[in-house]
Amino acid sequence: MKSSKPLQLVFAIGAMALTLLLLQQGFLFLRDASVSKIVIVVFAIVWGVGGVALLYTVANWIVELLPEEWAARIQPIVFVGPGLALLFWFLAIPVFRTLILSFRGPNGDGFDGIDNYVFAFTDRVMLEAFRNNLLWMVFGASFCVGLGLIIAVLADRSKYEAVYKAIIFMPMAISFVGAGVIWKFVYTYKGEGSGISEIGLLNAIVLALGGQSQPWLLIPPWNNFFLIAIMVWLQTGFAMVILSSAIKGIPAELLEAARIDGANEFQIFFRIIIPSIQGTLITVTTTIVIFSLKLFDIVRVMTGGNNGTNVIANEFYLQRFTYGDAGQASAIAVILLVAVIPVMIYNLRQFRESRAF
Amino acid sequence: MNTKKTSLDRQKKLSNFFVNFVLILICIIWIVPTLGVFVTSFRNSQNIFQSGWWTVFPHREYVKTGEIKIPEDVDVDGPITVNGVTRTFEEWRAGVLMPDGTQLTWFGNKRTRQIDVQTLQWQWFETDLTLENYINVLSGKEIRFKDGSGNEIVRQGNDLSAAFLNSIAVAVPATIIPILIAAFAAYGFAWMNFPARKFLFTIVVALLVVPLQIALVPILQDYTKLGINGTFLGIWLAHAGFGLPLAIYLLFNYINQLPRDILESAFIDGASHFTIFTNLILPLSVPALASFAIFQFLWVWNDYLVGLIFLGEQNRVLTMALAAIVGEKGQDWHLLTAGAFISMILPLTVFFALQRFFVRGLLAGSVKG
Repeated sequence: MKSSKPLQLVFAIGAMALTLLLLQQGFLFLRDASVSKIVIVVFAIVWGVGGVALLYTVANWIVELLPEEWAARIQPIVFVGPGLALLFWFLAIPVFRTLILSFRGPNGDGFDGIDNYVFAFTDRVMLEAFRNNLLWMVFGASFCVGLGLIIAVLADRSKYEAVYKAIIFMPMAISFVGAGVIWKFVYTYKGEGSGISEIGLLNAIVLALGGQSQPWLLIPPWNNFFLIAIMVWLQTGFAMVILSSAIKGIPAELLEAARIDGANEFQIFFRIIIPSIQGTLITVTTTIVIFSLKLFDIVRVMTGGNNGTNVIANEFYLQRFTYGDAGQASAIAVILLVAVIPVMIYNLRQFRESRAF
Repeated sequence: MNTKKTSLDRQKKLSNFFVNFVLILICIIWIVPTLGVFVTSFRNSQNIFQSGWWTVFPHREYVKTGEIKIPEDVDVDGPITVNGVTRTFEEWRAGVLMPDGTQLTWFGNKRTRQIDVQTLQWQWFETDLTLENYINVLSGKEIRFKDGSGNEIVRQGNDLSAAFLNSIAVAVPATIIPILIAAFAAYGFAWMNFPARKFLFTIVVALLVVPLQIALVPILQDYTKLGINGTFLGIWLAHAGFGLPLAIYLLFNYINQLPRDILESAFIDGASHFTIFTNLILPLSVPALASFAIFQFLWVWNDYLVGLIFLGEQNRVLTMALAAIVGEKGQDWHLLTAGAFISMILPLTVFFALQRFFVRGLLAGSVKG
């Protein structure tokens, strides 16, 4: 048995080489083949998922054939290594690479000093984007959390809680682009003229109430709020679900005792419910604030950032992919990163306190 | 005593009514925009441009029932008398409600000398609903439809069927691959000993909130060098990389909680790490795996930015195809609404079928930005 181990090892290494060859051939086939789309899809799924599973299996096979001392040392690399490699390649190292790029010129060469940051903090378009992101963070987050909290508290008292919550939660499954189409249709504007009837819901309501129809997405600064409404529609469900589970965690005896002592519903809400779920409230608010900081799709699809609706993430995209300035784009990305550092520190502190290790 | 009880009951009923009233109102606001898109996607393209989607439901509206010609000798710049009512041209054009309940509206400009007689009539459900919009938007071939004025338009289809298949080819592996990688890593962090274990996990936690914009510029450089820009492999890796911090974090929290004695007895029986992982840990972790799977699937399916940057036109996914229709022909509501619904069908199904798991994943992962 023992003597055949080296032979097995040769087999295993051969299998690894074969796997790699197979994967490479699969890649070439996917890239160059001009067969029916369905064949491509099925092949891509099998190749991608199967390939990863195969790599792990064969790598483990090799490791288990090694002498015990070596196996114990190498096995963690097989388990944790691929994950960490991807993390370092896609997130950790890019932090530093982007930082370096942010001091370079449009093509990633030369040295521009702090020019890109001077642009980022003084350019008129950037200042407008900062202002708009502030609007998104303040109004978007407070509406999402406020509305989510109200719905969570109210739904808790209704028999039909599950139905209400499912409806409010539903937009979470819809893409921002899809939501963009849905709301663009609500805001659509045809203009005045004889024989024209508005087909957008908002304008039809305004007309029915005796007002004038408006091109809602073209009126700064209010158009920002019409875009923020879309995010509120999308994200209130998220806030509601998390707050709702926190509210259900409040001991029933506590609420009962307060009621017996004669507290009314508002006192219960402000003096018991809010303080009990304070931690969750902070987490949810932070999550949505970060989310609105990085917001891109809604603005991209609805207005492209025109008419005073630009945001930082859209300006990042424009700088890199429309104007081709990698340096300025990198500076904007670094600013986004710096803005979330307090949350990162908070998360790390929580992690250290949790003593999971 | 008794009166107090009934008054309490009444108060309770009242507050119950109030609660449900407010919630129903909010739910209506939440659902009506989507309903509008859903209804519109089945309407005839010409109707979409002419009337709001709510007109498919029974309602009363003014329908033209006759015409009145204004004789040539009437001065249209002064007051005009029709059927005993005298108004100016502007007022006639805005529409005048007559004593007999009909509405008279001047048609066109002053020279037409024509007034339409309109009567308020009940309209039943709109009946010419069609699947044509879906067929048109799915097709990659030439399509024909009528615009608001009834002109036939011929143009290249948006080929959403190809985009749908691409979305599947992107989303399925981009969900399973990171889960597999993260599960191995989470097991390693939870049950193996290696140097810098804690430090490396701290990095995972730190990366939870890093905005992916930070990675796009350098990763694109790498992809161009490696020649995987625009390929499925490239986008799987990108989605895997961006999804891994949360995946490892969630799965570690779960696997770390599993009772240690199961593992120890398996070790004593001589099982290897790999056997324990595949035969014991993976089956035990199904709830956590499912939670993250739904999370990641919805995220990848609905993603626009990563696809826009790493996938070219030839492999474009649904969100990109839909955004392209918005960009090119922002007013083609018959195509946009049908396209939007096609992009929503799968995530909505997954979402409602597996909502329980999704909520659990959300609750566990609310540290991520």
